[in-house]
Amino acid sequence: MTSLQVTYSLFVGVGVVLIVASAVGWILKTSVAKGMPHPTIDNLNARIKAWWVMVLVISLAFLFGRPGVILLFAFISFFALREFLTLTYTRSADYLALAAAFFVVLPAQYILVYIGWYGLYSIFIPVYVFLLLPILEVVAGDTKRFLERTSKIQWGLMVCVFCISHVPALLTLDIAGYEGRNLLLIAFLVIVVQSSDVLQYVWGKLFGKHKLAPEVSPSKTIEGLVGGVLSATALGAALWWITPFNPWQAGLMALAVNVMGFFGGLVMSAIKRDRGVKDWGHMIEGHGGMLDRLDSVVFAAPIFFHLTRYWWA
Amino acid sequence: MPTLETLSAYALCVFTKALTGARMLWVGCAPAVTTRVYYANHNSHGDFALIWACLPDDLRERTRPVAGADYWLKGKLRTYIAKRVIRAVLIDRNPETRTEDPIKQMAEVVDHGDSLIVFPEGTRNTTEETLLPFKSGIYHLAHTRPDAEFVPVWIENARRVMPKGKLLPVPLLCTLTVGAPITLAPGEERDAFVARTRDALLALRPPEE
Repeated sequence: MTSLQVTYSLFVGVGVVLIVASAVGWILKTSVAKGMPHPTIDNLNARIKAWWVMVLVISLAFLFGRPGVILLFAFISFFALREFLTLTYTRSADYLALAAAFFVVLPAQYILVYIGWYGLYSIFIPVYVFLLLPILEVVAGDTKRFLERTSKIQWGLMVCVFCISHVPALLTLDIAGYEGRNLLLIAFLVIVVQSSDVLQYVWGKLFGKHKLAPEVSPSKTIEGLVGGVLSATALGAALWWITPFNPWQAGLMALAVNVMGFFGGLVMSAIKRDRGVKDWGHMIEGHGGMLDRLDSVVFAAPIFFHLTRYWWA
Repeated sequence: MPTLETLSAYALCVFTKALTGARMLWVGCAPAVTTRVYYANHNSHGDFALIWACLPDDLRERTRPVAGADYWLKGKLRTYIAKRVIRAVLIDRNPETRTEDPIKQMAEVVDHGDSLIVFPEGTRNTTEETLLPFKSGIYHLAHTRPDAEFVPVWIENARRVMPKGKLLPVPLLCTLTVGAPITLAPGEERDAFVARTRDALLALRPPEE
């Protein structure tokens, strides 16, 4: 298959899945809920609707190639960072650091990814910004909860900008025999991680009995985790034809991504718990905020990027 | 045919909501096209735009912010925005120079069936205090128009978005919490009413760190 055919087959496949999901949602709404309000079914339908929007947005970005995808993820980072920093304690002395995070660091990271300067974008936030932030903070002179404030802004930038930027950074990898197809690597990552979330939810709802981490995320169960991760790994292996990997490599990659994604979700839940909120934000109906949808991608993206880079690029 | 004013109003709403990601939570009452006086804490120049942009369309068309003429009549753009776009009720805050009674100006709007947005602290709160003491204007308005509902709106985070003296806003998310309407009780004294409205507003703020 040519890369165009592969892309088309993939989008047709995703479209079919969404059509089936919408049909199921509609049947549940009319037959089980009988058109009356029903929290679980309404939430499911809101999620499916949001999925349509997300797939359309990603497809649109894909049409514009590298600039489109980079711009899309820069905006995603922006919304995520905004949710993250809104929930952290800041003081007026943090103004300079906050403004720099939004208006300097975020655009700079994505410009570096766009021009493909791996040597700098892979250390820009962990090294340069790590040192710059406390300098901006100390210049403002307010020492109250200084370490906490500085660390939280750094954390926000690592999670929301650095980690997320590793999704579009997949476009900068040169993989022999895979030229011009890197967009499909993004599709692979996003499909595997997101379907893992959905499948864990479905397995958990159907067979979940043993709570996994009741203090952190009461809805997560061992049955959900095992069923979800295994089925999403199988899905990843089945998608080998869109990747530079062979089937078992694709399966192992999917497994790595799913395990990281699972722990990402857990870590981000712990932060939400600590802050006393249920969702990061309210951007996407049925999903909460941008970070609620991305928590697993955040942890999976850099690992997927480096594994691929180390063995294939 | 949309006019320049409606287009500017639309643009201002979209811009304000995009920048602040603002959400309005109707906790104490539902949105309704009745004559209301929305009163809020005042931390930044953007507060008017924030409440005004977050109101549902049909309410926004009939709601007018009360603003200081000294600030909003400086320069052509500000004057245009104040007079034509947000249709502010401009009052002269200096008792010595003013020719019109602000309470009378506000009462006329209420008589016309429109709603108001007021900031009873009288000025922007640039101190460390959570909320400044209220001026008595809110009581005088309630006394002249006892039927008007006073609705508290707590604006959270506006100060973080736009700290004092800074030009570039930090795009953090703002939340506006709308409380239950308050009306002047028969025979209620000035200080009691002012204290009651102020407490109702403070009750809407999220718990401190």
